[in-house]
Amino acid sequence: MVDAARGFVVIAGAWVRAALTYRTSFVIMVLVQVVITFLDFAAIIIMFSHLDAFGGFTLPQIALLFAMSGFALGAADLLVGNSEALGRRIRDGSFDQMLVRPVAPIVQVAADRFAIRRVGRIAQALGVLTWALLSVSIDWTVGRVVVLVGAMLCGSVIFCAVFVMGGAFQVFAGDAAEVANAFTYGGNTLTQYPLTIYPTELVKGVTFIVPLAFVNWYPGLYVLGMDDPFGLPSWFQFASPIAAVVFVVAAATFWRIAVRHYRSTGS
Amino acid sequence: MRGFRRYSTYRAATLAGVFTNSVFGVIIAYTYIALWDVRPSLGGYDIDQAVTFAWIAQALIAPVAIFGGFVVDELAERVRTGAAAIDLHRPVSLLGLRLAEDLGRGAYHLISRGAIPTLLGALLFDLVWPDTLGTAALAALSIVMAIVVSFGLRYLLGLLAYWIIDIQGPQWIVVLSQIFFSGMMLPLVVFPAWLRTIADLLPFRCMIQIPIDVFLSDSTGTAVAPLLAVQLAWIVILLTAGAAMTQVAVRKVVVQGG
Repeated sequence: MVDAARGFVVIAGAWVRAALTYRTSFVIMVLVQVVITFLDFAAIIIMFSHLDAFGGFTLPQIALLFAMSGFALGAADLLVGNSEALGRRIRDGSFDQMLVRPVAPIVQVAADRFAIRRVGRIAQALGVLTWALLSVSIDWTVGRVVVLVGAMLCGSVIFCAVFVMGGAFQVFAGDAAEVANAFTYGGNTLTQYPLTIYPTELVKGVTFIVPLAFVNWYPGLYVLGMDDPFGLPSWFQFASPIAAVVFVVAAATFWRIAVRHYRSTGS
Repeated sequence: MRGFRRYSTYRAATLAGVFTNSVFGVIIAYTYIALWDVRPSLGGYDIDQAVTFAWIAQALIAPVAIFGGFVVDELAERVRTGAAAIDLHRPVSLLGLRLAEDLGRGAYHLISRGAIPTLLGALLFDLVWPDTLGTAALAALSIVMAIVVSFGLRYLLGLLAYWIIDIQGPQWIVVLSQIFFSGMMLPLVVFPAWLRTIADLLPFRCMIQIPIDVFLSDSTGTAVAPLLAVQLAWIVILLTAGAAMTQVAVRKVVVQGG
């Protein structure tokens, strides 16, 4: 574990230094990340110029859900987002090199082309979070603070697992990298809104199959002090760590199977 | 034809794209349903028309290259590697060649990443279709013009590489404006008046909002002719600028590499 972390820091550090060499480029790319992710929130603000509540939630309440989901995806994207590019490594044969190096392949895949510009998305999410916390009325307790912070950590872990599964999937289906986007960016878009606007089957899907609802929805309900409109067990609101652990185990298993079944391109 | 074949080779990538567009179609359709549920007839659309908007917009993302890429990256790359010198010696015009290639790509993306998610959307939701063959033909024409407008923008961006080599900055400005002002984020009919005015002055609405408005015109009663005229005007402006800029680029180009 310590070795893995050290390996990650060494590889990622090299990419950070590379990115900072072209400073103007770096600043532009971070700004682009901030703006592109903020556009989603701009759309919600425009929607609210026609509404007082969306799916039963006010703008500051949705901002909280939005920021929790955005932070989780941003952190995961920064840490392991480059597993998206595994397909290219497989096609050009350089994944073979990773397998013989003395650092776990998953660490190398995650740190490969580590893109520090992705802090832009995290910064944007933290900005919206600040605004949400200032404008929403919450009866703060220690429990609510713990659940909020815990959800942001567990949510990041859940999205990390989704990215790793997306990477593993590419071992089997070469250039189908975009499928993972449906769950990462798609999952982010889905959880930006209160789940009340979706049909029950979809809510069950993101609860029991891909546990995206534990990123922000269940813990968010607790923080906001709202009842679950779908009437699912109230302990779900504290279950984000369980969902994260279960999903990480699933992702790790899938990743191991994928690496074991990997066949080199032979170049 | 070459453009069509080039992209149709990668079937798994296409299927993955179809899947992703469909997932987004479902999510966005439900957000529009929630919005139009509270405000029926917002912006002149009813719920079914809004849902249709969500799906057709997803179908158009790949054909009109909302996230950029294609022609742009290739032109810029060829300037960096020096291959641009060969392009300028070809017996056909650079603009004509690239346009033909991009139309082939657009046609392929329309059939695969356009039609398949739309059919899926039609299975899951009540979509609104044109009532007459004439309107359907006009919608098809409008979609082709949308691809040409998008090409015109990407071609100009790609040509910028002849001057500034690294075009990432301008490219991102265009992509961000494209995402927001085309109607992809949210139909422009929902925008507040001042923002709508800005969007109407820009070429980006030719890529999503206008083709969909033509598609829906039978049931919304929107006049089609002015919309097609706007698209045509932007095509003339962008392609004329593209041709003129190519002329200057030919004289200006510094060939990189040996």
